[in-house]
Amino acid sequence: MVGWGALGASLLFVLVAVALTGREHLGLGRPILVALVRSLVQMAVVGLALVPIVDPDTPLVWSWLWVVGIVGFASVTVARRAPEVPGLLWVATGAMALVAATGVGTIYGLGIFPLEGRTLVPVAGMVIGNSMKAAVVGATRVAEALADQRAEVEAGLALGMTPRMASRRVVRSALRTAISPQIEQTAGLGVVFLPGAMTGLILAGASPADAVRTQLALMYVILAGVVIAATATGLGTLARLTTPAQTILPLDRR
Amino acid sequence: MVPPLFALEGVSVSRRGTNVLCDVDLTIVDAGITVLVGASGAGKSTLLRCLNRLECPDAGTIRFRDDPLDDLDPLDHRRRVAMVFQGPTPFPGTVVDNLRAVTPDLTDDDACRALHQVGLDPTLLERSADALSGGEAQRLVLARALTTGPEVLLADEATSSLDATATHRMEELARSLADDGMPVLWVTHDLAQAQRLADQLVVTRAGAVTWSGPAADPGAEGAVRNALRDGAPW
Repeated sequence: MVGWGALGASLLFVLVAVALTGREHLGLGRPILVALVRSLVQMAVVGLALVPIVDPDTPLVWSWLWVVGIVGFASVTVARRAPEVPGLLWVATGAMALVAATGVGTIYGLGIFPLEGRTLVPVAGMVIGNSMKAAVVGATRVAEALADQRAEVEAGLALGMTPRMASRRVVRSALRTAISPQIEQTAGLGVVFLPGAMTGLILAGASPADAVRTQLALMYVILAGVVIAATATGLGTLARLTTPAQTILPLDRR
Repeated sequence: MVPPLFALEGVSVSRRGTNVLCDVDLTIVDAGITVLVGASGAGKSTLLRCLNRLECPDAGTIRFRDDPLDDLDPLDHRRRVAMVFQGPTPFPGTVVDNLRAVTPDLTDDDACRALHQVGLDPTLLERSADALSGGEAQRLVLARALTTGPEVLLADEATSSLDATATHRMEELARSLADDGMPVLWVTHDLAQAQRLADQLVVTRAGAVTWSGPAADPGAEGAVRNALRDGAPW
């Protein structure tokens, strides 16, 4: 078990990261500190709130409501990362809901895990959480690429290409950027990464074989969720930036 | 009576509260080379982009051969009204990939003819577009634009990044296209180039059209001098 002192010690390593970002003028010192504080508060609240939710005597509807909350929070997070994209909240909500429906549907529809509060909340959290990260990268990279590569996209539009066709190359590149880390993580599973769920299960006393199967099932669903989320959000971002006159809204370069 | 190529009435465009085009009324004749001349920031490029529908006016109407642009399908309109930009914008891939970007069924013979039309050697077909010189790349972009069989060519400072030889070739191409019946609208802030090319002249200043008419008109000189205060004499 990790005590408060040990938790504090882990922050020392983060200070190195903050110093590094400051030295390189990345402007990420404050976001890292905000992320640390938010994670601390959120995990404390979630830890307390999860106890009654995952209690076997608590009706499952509360777990489902928790999942809806995760979808909402993830959608707002995605939309806030690319505020220049109008209506991105609806795109993100659609993508996150799609991932939740297909991911959770696969896991419980095929009986990979028993449908209980103690599995539903963490499993949905892992699937949607990883998908959220990919959706953020998908939305921001597509928006950035359309700003950075505007000359190429407009050259295509001027030839009579549809916005989808004119931006195909830059959008593909953005989506690869969003999806590739999860592919690498899946490919490096067990060799480079010993992921959290497996580690947790082993630490909790489960057999390594059970832990491996559980982790693999989760990783496969997460990989699919990431691809769905990044693609839906990236293409949705392009659609939201397309005008009725088949042009791309002007965006400032970051 | 032949309708004008483009007719603009009360066209205004603003960006972030700044007027880029202010209440522009303009008629562009359906023949020869019309040169839009003005200092940087005078609204020339925005005007050209509106004609290709890459940009939509905030107010006013634009007609293309009597048809309001708003009534035309934008993708179809852009194939009829080709546009080349300031910097060469070849797509990644080979020269022939570029030529087939919007006309995938273009045969090798058609591709060779397209290159020949712009004065490029057909042996360049399989070369990477990124390996072309600036002048070659701009001519490739022009050849690519011509593959859709456009009726009009818009050129937005198309030679500003080219050397004198490449600029001369592009001007010859524009003249050749115009002489073959394709009206050309050519944007420049280069007075000498405007003198060389213009059959008709449109002078812009601070988002407004201050003068338009035949380049040989005696009033052209004063209008251009006013618009380009630091320019050479007309």
